[in-house]
Amino acid sequence: MKTSFKLNGKLVQVETTADATLLWTLRDTLQMTGTKYGCGASLCGACTVHLDGMPVRACMTPISIIAGRSVTTIEGLGEKVLHPLQYAWIKEQVPQCGYCQSGQIMQAAALLKTNPNPNRDQIVAYMNGILCRCGTYLRIIKAIERASSKSVKK
Amino acid sequence: MKRNTETKSSTISRRRFLATTGSFGIIITAGTFIPKFLIAKSGEEREIDHQQITAWVQLTKDGRITIYNPAAEMGQGSMTALAVIIAEEMDADWNKVRIENSPIIPETYGMQWSGKLGGPMITAGSRTIRSYYQPLRQAGAQARYILLYNAAEKWGVPITELRTEPGVVVHSSTKRRMSFGEIVAFAKIPESIPQIPDQDLKRPENFRLIGKVLPRFDLPNKINGSAQFGIDVQVPGMVYGAINRSPVFNTKPELLNEKEVRETDGLIDIVRLEHGIGVVAKTFEQALKAKKKLQIRWTEGAKAEKFDSEEVYSSYRQLVRDDSKKGRVLLNTGDAASALQAAYKVYEREYLNDFVYHAQIEPMNAVVSVAADGKSAEAWAGTQAPDMDMDAIAGVLNIERSKVTFHNCYLGGGFGRRSVDFSMEAAVLSNQVRKPVKLIWTREDDIQYGSFRPISLQRMEAGVDQKGNLLGWRHYIAGPDERLQGGAISMDYYKIPNQYVELRLTDHGVRTIYWRSVSHGPNKFAQEAFLDEIAYDLKMDPYQYRRQLMKDLPRHLTILDKVATMANWGTAPAKGRARGMAFSDYGGSYTAGIVEISLDRKSRQIRVHKVWAAFDAGVVVQPNSAIAQMEGGIVMGISSVLNESITFKNGKVQQSNFHDYPILRMADAPESIIISQIPSSAPPSSMGELSLPLMGGAIANAFLKLTGKSLRHMPFTPEKVLAVLEG
Repeated sequence: MKTSFKLNGKLVQVETTADATLLWTLRDTLQMTGTKYGCGASLCGACTVHLDGMPVRACMTPISIIAGRSVTTIEGLGEKVLHPLQYAWIKEQVPQCGYCQSGQIMQAAALLKTNPNPNRDQIVAYMNGILCRCGTYLRIIKAIERASSKSVKK
Repeated sequence: MKRNTETKSSTISRRRFLATTGSFGIIITAGTFIPKFLIAKSGEEREIDHQQITAWVQLTKDGRITIYNPAAEMGQGSMTALAVIIAEEMDADWNKVRIENSPIIPETYGMQWSGKLGGPMITAGSRTIRSYYQPLRQAGAQARYILLYNAAEKWGVPITELRTEPGVVVHSSTKRRMSFGEIVAFAKIPESIPQIPDQDLKRPENFRLIGKVLPRFDLPNKINGSAQFGIDVQVPGMVYGAINRSPVFNTKPELLNEKEVRETDGLIDIVRLEHGIGVVAKTFEQALKAKKKLQIRWTEGAKAEKFDSEEVYSSYRQLVRDDSKKGRVLLNTGDAASALQAAYKVYEREYLNDFVYHAQIEPMNAVVSVAADGKSAEAWAGTQAPDMDMDAIAGVLNIERSKVTFHNCYLGGGFGRRSVDFSMEAAVLSNQVRKPVKLIWTREDDIQYGSFRPISLQRMEAGVDQKGNLLGWRHYIAGPDERLQGGAISMDYYKIPNQYVELRLTDHGVRTIYWRSVSHGPNKFAQEAFLDEIAYDLKMDPYQYRRQLMKDLPRHLTILDKVATMANWGTAPAKGRARGMAFSDYGGSYTAGIVEISLDRKSRQIRVHKVWAAFDAGVVVQPNSAIAQMEGGIVMGISSVLNESITFKNGKVQQSNFHDYPILRMADAPESIIISQIPSSAPPSSMGELSLPLMGGAIANAFLKLTGKSLRHMPFTPEKVLAVLEG
């Protein structure tokens, strides 16, 4: 099955089986490995990408619903200039092993798009679906606060 | 050349260092520190634009410095810290340093083993900084010596008149300066490289890098998706593997529907392993489909097949009381039995813990490419012990380890779990199909064929005099796997006379392995919770009770007092909350922690609101990374203490993914974690596993303060809380 969609702003066409998921299409067919596999069941959020600007778990997203739509992955987030979140992630030295951080950053980017100044409770509620085993949660919160428009303007 | 008279010459002989762009061949003489670099495979000499100064450092004409990292980077930031140690002593300009993984050559890059480098290349036990600190200071100082030696020859001045500034050799009296990069063009390796005496290494007050906060080298690649974990490796012609493994450990498979499985789209082959059936397919999703179709009959009679982990505790209760089943004595000071007999009051308690799972977010995986003739292999994986993975691959192919080329990748969490078995399996798959195979464990595979921190039951006994002073202490541990149960016994930070600790081993035929902090998680929980129960009964403040036990130990008292101050121990927390404290050690480091908790009376869910911890880990090379380890260990500790349990029924793991093995989410993380580092000039000690063991004791102790009841079985789930409150 051929599917055309926009990936990080560029039109791509992929040949997959009909029941392929977005996750393995990105990782294996398109060799975009920034999006991670963690659980295959929408439980950990490591595979979070944006579909038409909304965060989705790529592991449970069939490629068949992607046709004609727009996907943004971690590779496309700060392609030309670092996204304020990526900058904040470095400032706060957030990652440890780093494996979950693509998902964390993509989820956080979706949050800031809809709510540029989230308070702590809003951050926690929005980010709760993305697991981190190294325990970087408090640094993630700090980095999101740093990247929120209120802080960035300062 | 005038040799620096202050240095004693070692016997390392000179070798030609013929650098080539790209790869270089290295041959190591066992026991020597500097490898001999030989001409690269092509045998062709090229213009030197970079120079291998030592096994650890390569310089380029433009001044760039490559430092080799011997340890696995699995989140602790040790790859940066190790390079910092070398850069400090060679006086490198940190902005010009880049870090690459070293080749897998244990003879040169292995951790300290009986006093010198050359042990295994294993990243475990929080040993990396502790083990490499002094040798890498030496390596950095030797690299600096080589630069000084060359500048001295060039300028015709005694080496003793030279000094360095970051990235530059300076001759003060003639005001001449030469950058490290300039030296590359003519650098020669001296006839002998002296061992730099310790007193000639940098004085700590002159450190520019060690102890300073520097950004981690690996993080820019971990925020844009470009960091390569094992699971991300792409090799031309690569195919994908998946395995259906024994549901009960040590059962053997018989495939019942080979024909049907072979009809799966994209299937390349079916591979029989001792412990499972593997499938290799063109895509991973096709491999998963084939795996799903497998109908397997498993052999009967495995040791684990009747194992029920929840029912087994009753047998453990008997075991720790049955002195005819005497086990291994781990500690015996004074005469604990007599001390208990003579005591004014004797306490006895039991503490339990379930199996726990690593839950690293990157599941096990490896890429192995066996050559067409089966006589060599190349492999890519994230592993804590690349030399052991190489041995495993070599073992599958029945070849020498030297015929395996191994590329260690970033690890998406290690926690003690990540080595060997996945590489071995990928080698079996690739050996059969003779193509590069990427083997990926699904999350379900990773849990159901997991290897866990073992179950245990700990019976504690203590006797006190009329004033509450501890007179004797007995501790019996029952559980499987001697490697994983017998640590964390010593409490050298408490003065307790007459101690006896004994391990009574069991074996259920299930897989167990190191899990972050190993025995410390369960054993420090038992020790620290027991201590608080005694203090509670004596109506003594648990902080003051510990102070008494530490009164002649200023280093430990400083840590305890610090955390009490940080948490305002003497003041009452808000209504409905209580604080608990614990003390622990790990690998020469010490820490004290306090948690503040509340209990939702409806859901019976314990919530940890705040955590404070102070630690002394000697010299800390990278303070921000050390603090991150404290924070991370606390979060993982809370997770394991409140939520995590693997159970077996008829030998089968009952959990399968994060819905039934919940690890802590952001909403359940503490609102604040405050860490304080106690300054110290002691040699660096362990960081990665230091804070986690605090959580069992501290949370149980806060719960005791809050409710007057004791939690003695980890994890403290709502069901267990209810049982304790009603009990």
